[in-house]
Amino acid sequence: MAAFSEQDFLSTANEMKEVESARVIVGITREEKNAQLVERIFRLLCLSAAFLPLLILAFLVGNTVISGLERIDLDFLTGFPSRFASKAGILPALIGTFYLMLLTTIIALPLGVASAIYLEEYAKDTWFKSLIELNVTNLAGVPSIIFGLLGLELFVRALGLGPSLVAGALTLSLLILPVMITATREALKTVPKNLREAGLALGGTKLSVTLRVVLPLAMSQIITGAILSIARAIGESAPIIVIGAATYLAFLPNGLLSEFSALPLQIFQWVERPQADFVENASGAIVVLLAILAIFNLSAAWLRHHKEKSRGSL
Amino acid sequence: MKCDLASQRRAERMMVASVETILKASAAISILVTVGVLYVLITKTFDFFEQIPPSAFFFDTVWTPLFETKRFGIWSLVTGSLLVTSVAMITAAPLGIMASIYLSEFASPKIRGLVKPLLELLAGIPTVVYGYFALTIVTPGLMKIIPHLSGFNALSPGIVMGFMLVPTVSSLCEDAMYKTPRYLKEAAYSLGARKLSTIFLVVLPYARSTIIAALFLAFARAIGETMIVAIAAGLKPNFTLDVRQPIQTMTAYIVQVSMGDTPQQSIEYLTIFAVGATLFLLTFIFHSTSKIILRSRFTVTT
Repeated sequence: MAAFSEQDFLSTANEMKEVESARVIVGITREEKNAQLVERIFRLLCLSAAFLPLLILAFLVGNTVISGLERIDLDFLTGFPSRFASKAGILPALIGTFYLMLLTTIIALPLGVASAIYLEEYAKDTWFKSLIELNVTNLAGVPSIIFGLLGLELFVRALGLGPSLVAGALTLSLLILPVMITATREALKTVPKNLREAGLALGGTKLSVTLRVVLPLAMSQIITGAILSIARAIGESAPIIVIGAATYLAFLPNGLLSEFSALPLQIFQWVERPQADFVENASGAIVVLLAILAIFNLSAAWLRHHKEKSRGSL
Repeated sequence: MKCDLASQRRAERMMVASVETILKASAAISILVTVGVLYVLITKTFDFFEQIPPSAFFFDTVWTPLFETKRFGIWSLVTGSLLVTSVAMITAAPLGIMASIYLSEFASPKIRGLVKPLLELLAGIPTVVYGYFALTIVTPGLMKIIPHLSGFNALSPGIVMGFMLVPTVSSLCEDAMYKTPRYLKEAAYSLGARKLSTIFLVVLPYARSTIIAALFLAFARAIGETMIVAIAAGLKPNFTLDVRQPIQTMTAYIVQVSMGDTPQQSIEYLTIFAVGATLFLLTFIFHSTSKIILRSRFTVTT
């Protein structure tokens, strides 16, 4: 696809000259005024395009938080699902989400970081490297529900894990792996090349330079990327629905092979109910989920900010 | 002593080699994931077509695998997906492109730095939450304005999805517009062009291919989006172009079957893989078109 070429530019220039001569013929003042008006209107339109989505989001979230906060109390946070909306709580879903988060971090973080280190530090420009790169790009575009189908056949059935916590965590790990790899690579890229060379010149091996120079410098950004990837996994519902996670769980998950539920799933189940009380429950669970995600995002933002500051002092 | 040193060296070299192997193996896992996805979709789809002739899948418009009289016309699910996706694109494309024009051409650096991350927030909200918004807030609101709007419809989830996709469109577009070389803009100004004509005759043509790529990317995401449509669009496969009616998308069908108890290897169970394969193919085409456009663009400009 051609970018802006010289020829484009010349034709543009010609068009502009015509505009200019037209301006001279008609008389500048009225033309100018109209043009200014059009420009102002256009500017206003663009401005509203940027702010409208934000205002609408604020409205929707605000609405939900108001009705959700009314529903949240200790019983709601520590209760189990129930046929009666007013008695139902989110504890199993909350604990499930917590375990999923933990397991997904344990599985996806080492894999993602190791892959990124390989691609950034070790791999030479061979077909293997470009194959992995192409593959990571493509995986990032695969809909999350397709990962659910993979998890269902591979983890739930072929490996016989059933619709268990570990099957869910493995599925989510594969889902966020491309994001994790890309984020870690970006982090590694920020470490200046001369620091690596200095390490090697001092007699360090590639491994020791990676471990003692590159990783420490890239660490905070790697963690930022990891936090954001995990946040994405926590909010996912489609893949864990497909692998068969429970929407109604009367006990807490008590092991890797235990059945599990998760907050997004609980929300989905309640939204689907026609009764208004259950929908109110959903808004309560949404507030909890958004609060967890907000903590994740704020800590990522804080880390990024913190890093910029420490870099300034270097 | 000498011997010691040599063996130490050897051990070190082995360690380095094994570390590299471990790293390489981790990187290879991502390839296995792709292989796994393709294997599962292809084998299960073959199982499906062993029982159902392809003509019943491709040349029919009625989708009723869960009913007594089973019919397997994929088109009503595909049109369902495309209908919601179209509404989403009609919402996301103008908003996203104009927002990026504002951010790159009009906004002060301070506002730009503030609004950009805020827009990214839109992409960080879980889709199940968007589904809740669509069903409980947007649909009732739209019902007051639009007559004959069903409680489940393609319009409301489409619009909500469109807002979700604004950052997908705007972050790519804004980057490209912002990178328009200064000398091109200055040349335009020096020829007497106004800001508006500079935007339309210089900035937008410069960013053209990235804008197209961003739209393809948003389209791919919209087709694969699941929870918003599963919650707010309905569960009724409907071969229609009327956005006011309940429809079912490919993704929502997979969710519906997964929520129920379908025995393994039953035809109902196999349908979700056939539908999944169709979905995968569609998103793959749009996603890779987007990536190809982006890649060729960068090789030209750098």
